[in-house]
Amino acid sequence: MTQVNRLPHGGRVDSSKPLRFVFDGRPYEGYQGDTLASALLANGVVLVGRSFKYHRPRGILSAGAEEPNALIQLGQGNRSEPNLRATQIELYEGLVAESQNRWPSLTTDVGAVNSLFHRIFPSGFYYKTFMWPKTFWMKYEHFIRRMAGLGKCPTEPDPDRYDKLHAHADALIVGAGPAGLAAALAAGRAGARVILVDEQQEMGGSLLSDRQAVIDGVSAAQWVANALAELRAMPEVTLLPRTVAFGYYDHNLVSLMERVTDHLPPTSPEALNQPRQRLWRVRAKDVILATGAIERPMVYIDNDRPGCMLASAAQTYVNRYGAAPGKRAVIMTNNDTAYQVALDLVDAGVSVAAIVDARENAEGELVATARARGIEVLGNHAITRVGGKLAVREVEVRRLTGDGKSVSSDGRTITCDMVLSSGGWQPTVHLFSQARGKLKWNQDILAFVPDKLLPGQNNHSVGAARGAFALTDCLVDGFAAGTAAAHAAGHTEPAGSTPVAGAEPAHSPMREMWVMPSGKPLGHDGKHFVDYQNDVTAADVALAHREGYRSVEHLKRYTTMGMATDQGKTSNINALALMADLRGVAIPEVGTTTFRPPYTPVTIGAFAGIDKGDFLDPIRKTPLHSWHEQHGAPFETVGQWHRAWYYPKPGETMHDAVNREVKAVRTSVGIVDASTLGKIDIQGPDAAWFLNMVYTNAWSKLEPGRCRYGLMLGEDGMVMDDGVTSRIAENHFHMTTTTGGAARVMAWLEDWLQCEWTDKKVYLTSVTEQWAVIGISGPMSRKLLSEVAPDLPLDDQSFPHLSFRDGVVAGVKCRIFRITFTGEATYELNMAPSYAMHVWRALMQAGEKYGITPYGTEAMHVLRAEKGFIIVGQETDGTTTPQDLGMDWIVSKQKPDFLGKRSLQRSDTKRPDRKHLIGLLTEDPNEVLPEGAQIVAELKDKPPMEMIGHVTSSYYSPNCGRSIAMALVKNGRNRMGETLYMPYDGKVVKAKVTEPKFYDPEGARING
Amino acid sequence: MLLIPCPYCGKRDEHEFTYAREGHIARPTNGEQLTDAEWAQYLFMRKNPKGVHYERWMHAKGCRRYFNVARDTVTHEIYAVYEMGQPAPVIERENGR
Amino acid sequence: MKQHYSIFTLARNAVSYHEKWTEAWRSPDPKPSYDVVIVGGGGHGLATAYYLAKEHGITNVAVIEKGWLGGGNTGRNTTIVRSNYLWDESAHLYEHALKLWEGLSQDLNYNVMFSQRGLLSTAHTVHDMQALRRRVYAIQLNGIDSEILTREQVAEYCPILDCSPTARYPVFGASLQRRGGVARHDAVAWGYARGADARGVDIIQNCEVTGFKIENGKITGLETTRGSIGAKKVGVVVAGHCGVLAGMAGFRLPIESHPLQAMVSEPIKPVLDCVVMSGQVHVYVSQSDKGELVFGAGIDSFNSYSQYGSPPVVENMLNALTELFPIFSRLRFLRQWGGIVDTCPDASPIIGKTPVENLFFNCGWGTGGFKATPGSGHVFAHTIATGEPHKLAAPFALERFTTGYLIDEHGAAGVAH
Repeated sequence: MTQVNRLPHGGRVDSSKPLRFVFDGRPYEGYQGDTLASALLANGVVLVGRSFKYHRPRGILSAGAEEPNALIQLGQGNRSEPNLRATQIELYEGLVAESQNRWPSLTTDVGAVNSLFHRIFPSGFYYKTFMWPKTFWMKYEHFIRRMAGLGKCPTEPDPDRYDKLHAHADALIVGAGPAGLAAALAAGRAGARVILVDEQQEMGGSLLSDRQAVIDGVSAAQWVANALAELRAMPEVTLLPRTVAFGYYDHNLVSLMERVTDHLPPTSPEALNQPRQRLWRVRAKDVILATGAIERPMVYIDNDRPGCMLASAAQTYVNRYGAAPGKRAVIMTNNDTAYQVALDLVDAGVSVAAIVDARENAEGELVATARARGIEVLGNHAITRVGGKLAVREVEVRRLTGDGKSVSSDGRTITCDMVLSSGGWQPTVHLFSQARGKLKWNQDILAFVPDKLLPGQNNHSVGAARGAFALTDCLVDGFAAGTAAAHAAGHTEPAGSTPVAGAEPAHSPMREMWVMPSGKPLGHDGKHFVDYQNDVTAADVALAHREGYRSVEHLKRYTTMGMATDQGKTSNINALALMADLRGVAIPEVGTTTFRPPYTPVTIGAFAGIDKGDFLDPIRKTPLHSWHEQHGAPFETVGQWHRAWYYPKPGETMHDAVNREVKAVRTSVGIVDASTLGKIDIQGPDAAWFLNMVYTNAWSKLEPGRCRYGLMLGEDGMVMDDGVTSRIAENHFHMTTTTGGAARVMAWLEDWLQCEWTDKKVYLTSVTEQWAVIGISGPMSRKLLSEVAPDLPLDDQSFPHLSFRDGVVAGVKCRIFRITFTGEATYELNMAPSYAMHVWRALMQAGEKYGITPYGTEAMHVLRAEKGFIIVGQETDGTTTPQDLGMDWIVSKQKPDFLGKRSLQRSDTKRPDRKHLIGLLTEDPNEVLPEGAQIVAELKDKPPMEMIGHVTSSYYSPNCGRSIAMALVKNGRNRMGETLYMPYDGKVVKAKVTEPKFYDPEGARING
Repeated sequence: MLLIPCPYCGKRDEHEFTYAREGHIARPTNGEQLTDAEWAQYLFMRKNPKGVHYERWMHAKGCRRYFNVARDTVTHEIYAVYEMGQPAPVIERENGR
Repeated sequence: MKQHYSIFTLARNAVSYHEKWTEAWRSPDPKPSYDVVIVGGGGHGLATAYYLAKEHGITNVAVIEKGWLGGGNTGRNTTIVRSNYLWDESAHLYEHALKLWEGLSQDLNYNVMFSQRGLLSTAHTVHDMQALRRRVYAIQLNGIDSEILTREQVAEYCPILDCSPTARYPVFGASLQRRGGVARHDAVAWGYARGADARGVDIIQNCEVTGFKIENGKITGLETTRGSIGAKKVGVVVAGHCGVLAGMAGFRLPIESHPLQAMVSEPIKPVLDCVVMSGQVHVYVSQSDKGELVFGAGIDSFNSYSQYGSPPVVENMLNALTELFPIFSRLRFLRQWGGIVDTCPDASPIIGKTPVENLFFNCGWGTGGFKATPGSGHVFAHTIATGEPHKLAAPFALERFTTGYLIDEHGAAGVAH
């Protein structure tokens, strides 16, 4: 039995291209052009899902983005995707879909037991229970969590690719219905750059479902085809079907999500060769919102039975897809639009048992036409019962009484298999509202419409999106807006004339009717659903009101109304109106909720695009990276840099390797890649003045050719960076910074120069990557250098410590700094990065006889710790002053001012008993404390105990033959010799306080 | 995402810029004479207005110049951009904004 | 007397179709004057009123709120509760709050769904790991639960977290606070409101403060959109607007207001049973009982009073999310929103007296106020009732910005401020 409800004629699907698909394990057939929803309906499948809370059986409600019920798990394995709306899934060959939130099957769902207990599960019931016994919430929660959720998360990483694109437009037009197409034609013809987007696979919007309309003398379908053909031929017009404009942000930025391959079989070559989805960021001079309107369902009793559908959706299925949602319809309405649906259904051969019209006097052109076509119209009536569980079987209707608040006692039963309802139309104002436009209530159409724009945003709502539903209004609006947008952007070529719609029937007024009485109090027998997906009923709204949750936000949050994956597209206004009625105020007084992006849910992976894995954040590598790699070095992450950590020889542990490297530096010579150091070239007549301001020490008297260590403070007096700066010439300095701090320091210096000291002549250039740096350190470093730089005098008079010389090393021009971070004689060779590998290899070769040893960052840290040199970010944490570090010697007492100076004199920062940097020697010399271990003076049996500081650095020092550590400890400098305790990981380590200098405290080794 | 008119490069997306906090906070040159409380005013206290905020931005991924922006902290409307060192313009806002 | 909430009263009310429930709190008109007026009907303000009544017997209290209860950051955060802070001052304050959380549903007779499902903070570099150890050891010595997990233990504890060593920022390990977790944010505001109302507190919504009445440096009342209200003492707890109110009272605060964005995914069956935070990759995420993944990241860089953030921040957040959880890539996010957070230079709050006598401020909670709600209300109530700071609140006085005694919790904030 295939496609039992496929109509013999009509529809835009291609019956010459059948497609096979599987739903809940059963094979079906549809046509090219179908959605999953239309194909299921064509096959007579009306039960497609279960609701969130009560697990009520549900069918397809809509034909578009507003669908609350028909949520599907699509695809398999690592391409499985939960919660997709069947109404928006384009059918492709081999599609596999499953219903959700049911077990073991859709027709027999154990979870439906919830609906037996529905009486004790009203909205917010969970706030009132599960509190006893006190410790049991986690157990209740475990159960609740498993009942909740809808579809399933894939279990494997996503195999697909995603793309991002930025674009600019004179006019971004959202929605390619009559208004959007008219706008695009006008703007495009005038010569403007236009992007036209539509969330559906085919452009045309409501015109695709319209069998009556005539535009410019041709059928709607023909006019759409002509318009699209014309637009495609315009070079400045971009058409983006299958693209949802989901977010409207500041200054006219609109985000789009284009579904590039979702309509293709996922493993077809065509799909695999393209990104799956594309995220667009469009900055548009004008945004034309031709987003149409969404029909509201009527709130009648048990309005969720499979077969209950929006009237316009049935019209779409019949007219556009050639699929009948059923055989026999009852239509419930409070307005005229449903009458056209009835006529279209009858035209297509689907029977309409009756139109149940809530209006007391249902009259007018369309009503008359329906009557003339033999359709029974029951004016001033309501549906008071819907029979059938897994599908609609019949309805009962009764006459409305008492101003629409009650019904007559006698009813009449009508057999049918679908109930189509129309409660009026709400313009799709989501994007307008996201752009922070203000809405106003329009009592004629019973809907919110756009009112005031936020300054700085430029958009125009046209046609149904502003509540002008007539086709002619849509065309006039759109064309005018398109013309205006083009003109504003300076494009004035003639755009021709406004498309003209054929005659349209006049519409009679609506009846304001938010809930259909059933003869019993709300919630007593059957349910009036407002929010389908989250199972919120009219009785729940009343309960929220009763309990004081009366603002629209309280209502939403208490009942979860509007919080489902459809974000209340069909429910918000109904709920708002019900609350207004209960409160006895006008609807706008209850307020409207803020529309938040996205309009429809968008794929998380598309936001990452290709910026994942190694592209998440750039990896910075030194020019010597490949050498380190070849020599087995693991890398340490420092900011974005990868630095060689240590160089293990075969069989060595990290500890072995580091010990060997550290010893080599002290006994012979080591070589290190220091290229990551931040470097800033500073020039200008005020350069020395500038350094005096940004460093704590004095710089005026530093001679050209000499280097000096400097400490930089924030204005709060806390240490922010350090490094050696050299005077290249009178007005020229070379500053080095920490690896991690380079960018921060550069911005900091620029900030002061550009914003505060604007009259000073100082020029900064970041040169971090212009210089590669190779350090050679150890007693043999001078000898080694002399061999590769034979022309360079290296004696202590010619080239003293803390100076630099330019020279040729291994044939390469280098700038050589004699500065040290190890305490040994050290030369830091700076050269053009492209020569670094050559120099490194030359040094390795010449140094072989001395046992030259490459050392990584770990050995570097041990070596400096042996000397008690600090690392900013390790010995400091943003709360550390120079005095805390015992570095008062570097804080000038003479300079009138420098950054951070005043802050050092605040009552807390000048306290003598702050935390001081000290050394720690553990009782057991082999015990290496973990960095971060907390320190106590008075040990207790168990916490809490008072902490007086923490270990900042800690290593095994092969040169000292024991462990060494540095720590920041309260009043530490007055605790020399004291024993302190480090309780951690279930043990306690004792250590004695010392000076934070462990090796060569006199500094005798600096000259080799 | 703001569209910021850099006075040197033209309109660019916000992500090219670094926000550089409230503008027109002059660094006291007489820090030594100030009380701790007065110093704290400079160091930490901020206007943080709801409405027009005079602030600094830096075109970090462009010209790297700092400049001033007068921006509404509620609507995000940018009223003016002007170079460092220039006085803050008076922003007259229409009623009802 | 309030109706008691329990499974029995639920069942009893089911018989009458839940038509006999009464309102959770009254909506009275403001009286001419009160002993204490709390400005701000968020979690912190309502908790303050509740504890004023419960702990200090002060019931002639009004909470005035310019919009709807819990409409500020209380209803906009990602609901994380933890006390894993580095410095003693913060650890004690947040632990005080955590202990109150542990009995809150019973205390309020309102299920705030405090779920101690465990909170994992991942470290991604050697340096990260050092900072993490320092924090965990400090937390432990403060008598608070915290432990260090190795990469293997992390992979076992949260199997869907990508712990592969080839990741751009591989997981090195993590800290775990098992008592940390999440709570139902709205329920906290509603539960406190109901509890305070039951003790006589007037809760007045849609009432905006337009000015303070200050005589001789002392507060005497407020001007509001619903008229003048006299007050012997006023406590201001208005996240996102404290700078505006400080301006009305004639002083400035070391605070800047920024948008902080959060988002949720569509609901899915349970996949993530703990909270995961990463400072390096920059995202925090949990899965709500409804099945939605709830996630957030750092603040937007610029000052703003709009509850709208910038798309690049969202992009980075989603990027980070898929980096840590590659299986989330095909899920979709459903809703994004922003709150306004008031940030202090040291990422710690300000609680206590102001230059105006009997005017107290409790503000500057930055990105982390929700978790402190019960503790914040409790110590603030004490501070207002006695006129002197509660001992846990004392270090958080405004004075610290003058002395320089800052409590720098940028690391513990878990996200960039």
